[in-house]
Amino acid sequence: MTATAEPEIGKARLRKEDARLITGQTRWTDNLQLTGMLHMAVLRSPVAHARITNIDCSRATAMPGVAVVLTGEDFAAEQGSLPCAWPITEDMKSPPAPAMAVDQVNFAGEAVALVIADSAYRAADALAAIDVDYDELPVVLDMEEALQDNDLVHPDLGTNKCATWVFDSAEAGSGTNVEDEIASAEVVIERTFRQQRLIPAFMEPRSVVVDPHADMFTVWSATQIPHILRWMLAAVTGIAEHKIRVIAPDVGGGFGGKLQVTPEELLCLLVARRMGRPVKWTETRTESMLSAHHGRDQIQKITLSARRDGTVTGLKAELLADMGAYLRLVTPGVPILGAFMFNAIYKFAAYRFVCTNVFTNKVPTDAYRGAGRPEATFAIERMMDELAAELDMDPMKIREMNWIKHEEFPFNTVAGLTYDSGNYEAATARAMELFGYEELREEQARRRADGSAVQLGIGISTYTEMCGLAPSRVLGALRYAAGGWETASIRMLPTGKVEVITGTSPHGQGHETVWSQIVADRLGVPFEDVEVLHGDTATSHKGMDSYGSRSLTVGGTALVHAADKVLAKARTLAAHMMECDESDVEFAAGSFSVRGTSTVRTLGDVVLAAHVAHDLPDGMEPGMDADATFDPDNFSFPHGTHLCAAEVDTETGMVKIRLYVAVDDVGTVMNPLIVDGQVHGGLAQGIAQALFEEAIHDEMGTLTTATLADYLVPCAADLPGFITARTETPATSNPLGAKGVGEAGTIASTPAVVNAVLDAVRHMGVRDIEMPCSPERVWNALQGRAADASAPAAGGLGSIDSQGGQS
Amino acid sequence: MHISVNVDGVTYADEVEPRLLLVHYLRERLGKTGTVVGCDTGNCGACTVHLDGHSVKSCQMFAVQANGHEVTTIEGLARDGRLHPVQEAFRSNHALQCGFCTPGMIMQAIDLLADESDPDDETVRKGLEGNLCRCTGYQNIVRAVQDAAQRMKPGAGPKIEQHSDETVASKQPVGGE
Repeated sequence: MTATAEPEIGKARLRKEDARLITGQTRWTDNLQLTGMLHMAVLRSPVAHARITNIDCSRATAMPGVAVVLTGEDFAAEQGSLPCAWPITEDMKSPPAPAMAVDQVNFAGEAVALVIADSAYRAADALAAIDVDYDELPVVLDMEEALQDNDLVHPDLGTNKCATWVFDSAEAGSGTNVEDEIASAEVVIERTFRQQRLIPAFMEPRSVVVDPHADMFTVWSATQIPHILRWMLAAVTGIAEHKIRVIAPDVGGGFGGKLQVTPEELLCLLVARRMGRPVKWTETRTESMLSAHHGRDQIQKITLSARRDGTVTGLKAELLADMGAYLRLVTPGVPILGAFMFNAIYKFAAYRFVCTNVFTNKVPTDAYRGAGRPEATFAIERMMDELAAELDMDPMKIREMNWIKHEEFPFNTVAGLTYDSGNYEAATARAMELFGYEELREEQARRRADGSAVQLGIGISTYTEMCGLAPSRVLGALRYAAGGWETASIRMLPTGKVEVITGTSPHGQGHETVWSQIVADRLGVPFEDVEVLHGDTATSHKGMDSYGSRSLTVGGTALVHAADKVLAKARTLAAHMMECDESDVEFAAGSFSVRGTSTVRTLGDVVLAAHVAHDLPDGMEPGMDADATFDPDNFSFPHGTHLCAAEVDTETGMVKIRLYVAVDDVGTVMNPLIVDGQVHGGLAQGIAQALFEEAIHDEMGTLTTATLADYLVPCAADLPGFITARTETPATSNPLGAKGVGEAGTIASTPAVVNAVLDAVRHMGVRDIEMPCSPERVWNALQGRAADASAPAAGGLGSIDSQGGQS
Repeated sequence: MHISVNVDGVTYADEVEPRLLLVHYLRERLGKTGTVVGCDTGNCGACTVHLDGHSVKSCQMFAVQANGHEVTTIEGLARDGRLHPVQEAFRSNHALQCGFCTPGMIMQAIDLLADESDPDDETVRKGLEGNLCRCTGYQNIVRAVQDAAQRMKPGAGPKIEQHSDETVASKQPVGGE
């Protein structure tokens, strides 16, 4: 074992993962071929709301290669209900969520039958031969109409209202009464924003393989949450948890979209049990879009009160959140994750949040990158611009006069959180400098004066977010069913090599690389000598998996604690080996020495001595392995300043991002290469919400954006290059100083882009443009058209905005 | 139908159903799982391979259309244990995260660089329009392709990739892009 020459933390290490990914050696779930494996294909309802009156499987069953055709009735006795782990209120309405519809379908795309055949092609062939008779029911799509309860998604519930969740700063004691602030305000701004429905659109379609071998079920799944999946599969099916092993092999992206216990995972397991043979299901892209959960979909009515000098006083957020037809794993809690973030970095005296969750006959919603926080950040950052416009103030100045100053940390917010650290001034100063704010404002003024066809707009987003999910006691208080800790183990092998086992479950983030850096630094071992094991409940038996920008702040901290346990034990043994007092032992660069002497034992020497156990201190156990579990005391709060310059062609409505500067403060950076990559990808997804993407259901509830030709995931030519930079204010809530970076770019960028678009055309009388700001929407807004919002349009070009147009 | 296809330097002779997609032939029959399927409409480009040196989307072609042709996949790029410069450049520039789009992205980048030896930012972005990535925001992919262009100068990389459109016109397959 040799010492590392320079600190690993902070180094732009190239990724360990890449060797397999760039050569085609990757282990995706769909790559698996097992002897005797059968293939599953799922028939999905083409209608959004109907009673199933008859299913005729006889033709399909007789087709070549078909082993069996099964319907909801076949599963009714054993499928139970898919889990929802977040009953946000005591009286929340929660309908049964069968993996396969039994007598009623509630969204177009819901599973109604499946075929098991000897090949995927033959299974797909047989789907076409299943005859299903539907007796259609009224379709509930619009949230406001749904709340009138004229037609019900789930008649047994008696209402389409799922739950209402309230936070009020006066009741919580964290602030004053918002109605008082509004009543006494010099300025009140009220706006309604629509968070359109999005599709996570991870690149790897979901895939499941279940091998029922010797009374043990091995489940491979393209999932973000192998540990939670194992727990939930056991809970739903009654199969003993120790008889289920879940493996998430290489997983091709998730973005929250694979934070789920899916119908297909459950069905594959039940069918494999029934058939006694391995079963594989891999979805098509269209299936993915029709049945994997969607994200966002809120209507936000926001009221902001302020003084004429620009000081904000009160904020009220009244939301409607579309659950879709069922409550999936954390569906009802997603908007609640935003509840603590509407006040953002600003010092509001009063705050009230009311969210009503609503059932509709649409694909269920659930976590999508940011989950609740992008929605909150969008609303507040749009409102700060609206306030600036109302008061004719510079939008950055108005933010500056209201934000928490760096010397005010730790800061208790009106939403009841404690922000541990931050420096909004520093991030903003850096961003303004990189952006050339004043020059761009001058150019904007020139173009306005010239009446140029292409107008320039500047958009600001000075965001923060809460991540590092999460302190278990807080999750408990929010009625979430699980904890938020994370776990790590270190196995010190006799040759001095190191195995790290983590409860996090990476699917593109680069944990193998960064976890190696952390351990290499802590233990003074070479980066190359560390192997990171994850995503298999047989090796990593415990964990809370990866989502909510939690892996580093929570899982990385568990790893630090495990490494410290290794070192503590090694120090005791080193003292014994060097025949000195433990207090005289120093550790540096992978070696123990006796202070003031040349006596040295490398960590490798000590590990070997622990392993052979020939001469250990009395009472010491052989071996040098250690486990640690970390439950954070607080969330972490990345922040930053994003600036966007957008050109809007007023003749065509086309928006072009000319310059995008992102300065993020994600705390101490482990690997700048990976942090930059996370920011880039996050920006792309946030910009995509602002300009391109929208999941559209037509008036019958059919998803009209069910292919990548219709749902506009941006390509390289659609996006600009980004200028990224960082300030570093370490988090005080964990020993790494890390805050998390997975969601920051997505949370920050959407309002920066929309603010820029509006800033370009506000002087022409446009007050709002709904997302995505497609050329059609922008052009219509410029024509002063408040066009028909109900008219469906495919391909993310979107229906025409109902609230835009001229004020 | 009987087909004979050379894939990554090995000639395979197989009976296939006429409807079998090339990508499924590669993955299911030959075990070439380095090439992946990301969609069913030809939009994502994850399945991109080379047919006689030109990029094609292997989910948009039948296996029978590859009869008599040479297919190169991501698994056939490394030579004598050395990675292709584009593979190297993707790693060095952190041009991948989950890596699902990467095989197709690399194959398309190689095709692009065969036509454009020193592409600017816009040329790279337009050249990769048919390949979607959800992780990287494309920034590092663009950088990697430009970096690879420098690594491949002069005349770096496998001979098979160095061609002009004219020389392969006679070998153009049916289908593909």
